Amino acid sequence: MSEKALRRVADRFPQAVVHAYTQHGDETLVVDREHLVEVARFCHDDPELELKLPVSVTCVDYIDEKPRFELVYTLYSITKKHRLRIKVRLPEDDPVAPSITSIYRGMDYWERYCWDMYGIRFTDRVKPLKRLWMYEEFEGHPLRKDYPLRGRQGLIPERDIQDIYRGPGPGPGSEPSARSPVAKPSQLPVVK
Amino acid sequence: MSSQMSLVTTRRDEAQGFLERMVSRGLGWARKYSLFQYPFATACCGMEFMSVAGSRYDIARFGAEFPRFSPRQADLLMVIGTINLKQAPVLKRVYEQMAEPKWVIAFGVCASSGGFYDNYAVLQGIDRIIPVDVYIPGCPPRPEQVLDGLILLQEKIQAQHHKLIDRAPPSPDLIQGMGGRQIAEVKP
Repeated sequence: MSEKALRRVADRFPQAVVHAYTQHGDETLVVDREHLVEVARFCHDDPELELKLPVSVTCVDYIDEKPRFELVYTLYSITKKHRLRIKVRLPEDDPVAPSITSIYRGMDYWERYCWDMYGIRFTDRVKPLKRLWMYEEFEGHPLRKDYPLRGRQGLIPERDIQDIYRGPGPGPGSEPSARSPVAKPSQLPVVK
Repeated sequence: MSSQMSLVTTRRDEAQGFLERMVSRGLGWARKYSLFQYPFATACCGMEFMSVAGSRYDIARFGAEFPRFSPRQADLLMVIGTINLKQAPVLKRVYEQMAEPKWVIAFGVCASSGGFYDNYAVLQGIDRIIPVDVYIPGCPPRPEQVLDGLILLQEKIQAQHHKLIDRAPPSPDLIQGMGGRQIAEVKP
């Protein structure tokens, strides 16, 4: 349904689009992070796209792959009733993405969420970047795959109770070889 | 102490002990039927608390009908729902603000043990930071279970020793404030 929108963006920015595909009725663009702001601005301002509703930004941690993180932007048009998904791959040693809060103000909380849970930094934000849910004393980013499952960081000391059973840490099945393989986006059928 | 005393007790000691016991029983009776509660409701168990406080199950039948939204006026702290690590200092502070005598009910499995939230953010039971008198299991508990827990607490209060003027020093938890052990550290 929104294949037209996908083609329009892909034709407008041939140098920015790394990959474009359709899966389960969801049109998805993979773009460079250098061109992300341009693409987002075009999506917002173009009269034929009118993708004015910032649904979400979230992040995927493909821990065993080379560009480790993937930001997933979902945009929706209330007037045209179509949806577009934009993905950006980010390397592990430099997880920085340009902020699009100057275009979509509603992305503010989502970018703070990505920083809090995945440690993705956003540059050129309107407001300073700080954690959304966890407290400032918290170290690390809990939804990263290499964060320990029960890595609790209490703010106050606990009372000394003898008969509390404290469960084990990440057990068998958490090492990379035991994980089920993650579908790579590059293996999906190409539209353009 | 009292067993040794009873061997060499005088009629005066007996009379004083009898009076103290009567005062204690009377105070216990009065306290167990006028529990002013502070509902620390954080999650879905709060719905169940509303049901208990409402007219159908009616916790007022047991003298605990009056929720006070200031810990300084309450003597029963009901911790209703999941307590995460960000809230733990707040809960401890609320408990410390309550005047003696005070009791605590852990309402539901999340407050009792963390429930199924065995993850990076959730406190694994409020007894890790404050002492608990009655644990009510269930996810969420039925209102009947809550009433059962309240009756258990009333029996406990009746059996406790009450004094008209209590000159006992405050609990060591309050004095030390930060006593106890560290929460598990994160491995890098």
